[in-house]
Amino acid sequence: MCGIVGLFSKSPDTGAKLGHHLGAMLTQMAERGPDSAGVAIYRDAVAPGQTKLCLHSDDPHQHWGALCDELRDALGCEGEPEVRVSHALIVVDSDAETAERWLRDTHPELRAMSAGESIEIYKEKGDPAEFVVRFGLDELAGSHALGHTRMATESRVTTEHSHPFSPGLDLCLVHNGSLSNHNELRRELRREGIRFGTDNDTEVAAGYLTWRLAAGATIEEALDGCLSALDGFYTFAVGTRDGFAVLRDPFACKPAVLAETDEWVAMASEFRAIAALPGAADATVWEPAPAEIYSWRRERALVA
Amino acid sequence: MSATVAAVEEIDLAGVGLRELNSRLHELATTGEPRHWRVRNPGGEHAIAAGLDADIEIDIDGHVGYYCAGMNKRATVRIHGMCGVGVAENMMSGTVIVDGNASAAAGATGRGGLLVVRGDAAGRCGISMKGIDIVVGGSVGHMSAFMAQRGRLVVCGDAGDGLGDSLYEARLYVRGEVAGLGADCVEKEMRPEHEAELGELLARAGIGPLDGFRRFGSARALYNFHRDNAAAY
Repeated sequence: MCGIVGLFSKSPDTGAKLGHHLGAMLTQMAERGPDSAGVAIYRDAVAPGQTKLCLHSDDPHQHWGALCDELRDALGCEGEPEVRVSHALIVVDSDAETAERWLRDTHPELRAMSAGESIEIYKEKGDPAEFVVRFGLDELAGSHALGHTRMATESRVTTEHSHPFSPGLDLCLVHNGSLSNHNELRRELRREGIRFGTDNDTEVAAGYLTWRLAAGATIEEALDGCLSALDGFYTFAVGTRDGFAVLRDPFACKPAVLAETDEWVAMASEFRAIAALPGAADATVWEPAPAEIYSWRRERALVA
Repeated sequence: MSATVAAVEEIDLAGVGLRELNSRLHELATTGEPRHWRVRNPGGEHAIAAGLDADIEIDIDGHVGYYCAGMNKRATVRIHGMCGVGVAENMMSGTVIVDGNASAAAGATGRGGLLVVRGDAAGRCGISMKGIDIVVGGSVGHMSAFMAQRGRLVVCGDAGDGLGDSLYEARLYVRGEVAGLGADCVEKEMRPEHEAELGELLARAGIGPLDGFRRFGSARALYNFHRDNAAAY
């Protein structure tokens, strides 16, 4: 069992309180996944030529300011790091590939949780309700966000095994379920140049999406490919720079509910997570059909 | 004390909490009073009004979570919203009415009573039903009436793939398209007695009158294991 939630803002009011709403949804799903929690939030897009990195350190005394100084000399780096518990947000003046290569070579002890134009991923093992408070989700505004509470069934309980997974730029995946052909698929994707940090099954599905998107597929086409490439049970919620999408496997034995109002679109494992949102009582609420792709996208002009 | 009109007992679930509500409802099995209840702010909570055994009526104003009105006996439960997995699961008798859509496994394993879903029901509607009657105003999802043993499932819209797989003696009526029939489920002739029971079920559900239904039932080829049928299981 795991809990997943997603929220896509259709109004400035919802966007301004996106982190607050996401935190309320995640807290409702704490019982479904008490092992760890994580969120991906899309906000504050950086300028062209820059990359937003969300880095994680196991060292509680990590000196993020010093790292920023190093980055400033190596690649160029804007402003100061924005530190949240074990994570820090850093904007560098380079493309993501260069920045991530520098990081691997210079600071292999650090982990890039996400990289891209607007994505930020925060995740950590431990109680989801505490996570929401410690990471100060309340104060984050943004366009859309996903969250996950994990009850591990398939690989170890660590921060790096937690969701969301983001092997590609501005892409992330949260998953309720389990995949059975992930080892084989991971080997194939590694040959295609996709990097994996863990032995987790969900990371492979995220890697598959990354690979398909890099080859020019739309998110809908990449998700459609999951139906034949993946063997297992899943309710997926996927975030991209401009939107989010939901897919359930053909058996649809992992729960999912969708709801929409004029203000927002929301998905969750259970309705009680959506009940935390303003206007939920009057929302259109339905269960997504198996093997059907539901997606919402925002026009680029509205992102800024 | 001249009031003779039965008062409606109003409960704000957000204030009272689920255990308090269900405890009070369970006490009605012996007291039977009050007979009319209204639950506000259900907030998607699970197991609201589960395990009732009383001749009472409950209106729930909003969306509910899993197993609402599960194991119901005698009570009438009206859900003015949508419901999560397993509404009226294992119902014994009484009536459960959902104004909105229902999630998976609506009416699963139900032994009696009537479940009405005015919107759509998702996958596995009426799975393993054992005597319950289910009327769905919209469509049902995949694997509905899987291993259904007894009772009637009426679908005014479409049915998803694998309808009635490994069906026993339940009777299925579908007005719209059927994406696919499950193993051992076949279309059968609509005889006058079937038209009559269908009309009666729709009337009890407050839907219709409607015509143009088709009947589906068991071909009874898989009741007992036979080696030649091994591939069908």
